[in-house]
Amino acid sequence: MTGSSHGPRLDPAFLTPGTSSFAEFLSTQAPELLPHRRALPDGSAADLAPHGTTIVAATFPGGVVMAGDRRATMGNIIAQRDIEKVFPADEYSCVGIAGTAGLAVEMVRLFQTELEHYEKIEGTTLSMDGKANRLAALIRGNLGMAMQGLAVVPLFAGYDHTQEQGRIFSYDVTGGRYEETAFHSVGSGSLFARGSLKKLYREDLDAEGCTTAVVQALYDAADDDSATGGPDVTRRIFPVVGVITDEGYQRLGDTEVAGIADRVIAARMNRPDGPAAALT
Amino acid sequence: MSMPFYVSPEQLMKDRADFARKGIARGRSVAVVQYADGIVFVSENPSQALHKVSEIYDRIAFAAVGRYNEFENLRIAGVRLADMRGYAYDRRDVTGRGLANAYAQTLGTIFSSGGEKPYEVEIFVAEVGDRAADDQVYRLTYDGQVADEHDYAVMGGSAEQAATYLKEHWTEGAGLDDSIRLAVVALGQDGNGGRTINAGDLEVAILDRTRSQQRKFKRLTVAQLRRILPDENGGGDGGTEPGPDGPGHPSTDPSGPDDPADPTDTITQQPPLEDPTSGEPEPPIAPPVS
Repeated sequence: MTGSSHGPRLDPAFLTPGTSSFAEFLSTQAPELLPHRRALPDGSAADLAPHGTTIVAATFPGGVVMAGDRRATMGNIIAQRDIEKVFPADEYSCVGIAGTAGLAVEMVRLFQTELEHYEKIEGTTLSMDGKANRLAALIRGNLGMAMQGLAVVPLFAGYDHTQEQGRIFSYDVTGGRYEETAFHSVGSGSLFARGSLKKLYREDLDAEGCTTAVVQALYDAADDDSATGGPDVTRRIFPVVGVITDEGYQRLGDTEVAGIADRVIAARMNRPDGPAAALT
Repeated sequence: MSMPFYVSPEQLMKDRADFARKGIARGRSVAVVQYADGIVFVSENPSQALHKVSEIYDRIAFAAVGRYNEFENLRIAGVRLADMRGYAYDRRDVTGRGLANAYAQTLGTIFSSGGEKPYEVEIFVAEVGDRAADDQVYRLTYDGQVADEHDYAVMGGSAEQAATYLKEHWTEGAGLDDSIRLAVVALGQDGNGGRTINAGDLEVAILDRTRSQQRKFKRLTVAQLRRILPDENGGGDGGTEPGPDGPGHPSTDPSGPDDPADPTDTITQQPPLEDPTSGEPEPPIAPPVS
């Protein structure tokens, strides 16, 4: 933080009208607070920090569900068993992040502040596409870090009041923004999760059915990807699941997710590969 | 050789203070009232877009009277300061006291510096606590003075009459609806029996400690206000939009009946006290030359 903002009188920059973007304001007033404004020495920093892994999201009529596993890894080490990687971005959207955990958490905080800041200054919320584009800009700024192994890849989902449906956006490290239909997944276990959702997802699932489908997908990801954590039945650690409808973001309670996870595990006792899909 | 024009420092400060006070008195009042579950802000503001009461941070709100562009600048500065502090440290580290201090220093410096016109604003910075005893309301004046207010406070316009009314009628631990009704009647005090203020001309917002969200600030809609305010306050007719000639609605139509109590009524010979849409006082006379 700059000395000026600590000083007794507000810096003239604070009183200058102009930007409604918090990140833009920070870049002039306290650039050292921005995650991507740090100079790194040459070489890869990929092995220095824990990585978060798999995030899945799927839409249902009237909303969208996002879930993330709880594992962070550093090479072959499990760095954390109960990390949280799905966060509410504002009242009607959430963001889940795969990649370098420390940077990801910082970027989520910046994104949350960015949305709230705009809302307070302008007196209205950004459109769903506006929010998705702001996140793309933050990711784009991180490209230099990504090239040194500190990539952050988010998945963004929310309820769009104008279209009256849940929407999902995925990103690449260059800030490319892609709208996804029905479901999507990011992170190291995402291939397996997406394959699983392909067979399990139906458009007419309700919120609970959709939640079960994403928990199944995370189970399948954990089954085949060592960096994704499955439900931890001994420690009772289960995926973080957020549901967004026109009533806003709601994180499902631990008991609710535990109930779904226990049913999934019980069914897999009989058939370890999960529910069988019809051949034709 | 011409004689330098001498103005004593006392006179200079007095002129600047008079100038700022005049600007503030032309606007309409804002009342802040503590109730059982938090703090309610009530102001007379016909504009739905230009707010006098706004959110700064999780538990902190801002209310102002005076020149719109000046307090809007201060509001944005407050949001920036709060968001920056919350981002650099933690959300709990953003306090109303810190913000009031920054405002006080800013207003004070501007007031006493010769080069700038003093701000014609008065501000409330309020922070809701976990208990009613922890609630804080700061009142900042144009010259950077800070006062710690308790229970209720009014600024701008006919603040004294409203404050007198609140002093007589305010009770501790009142509910939200009662507190809003009390504040609306208080704002209507004009020395000759009082006038009623339409629900559509009110801006009401609360800091509600019982709100489950992290952000405790909430605006009340006109429909909610109509349910709360009694019928004689106009528009208590079950949610239908009262027409310009509805009961108790002051007319702004030049061909309509004259309402001397309404400052936005344009057909009296007196000029309107403030811009009917922005609520901003008329442009002031040129600032005193230093």
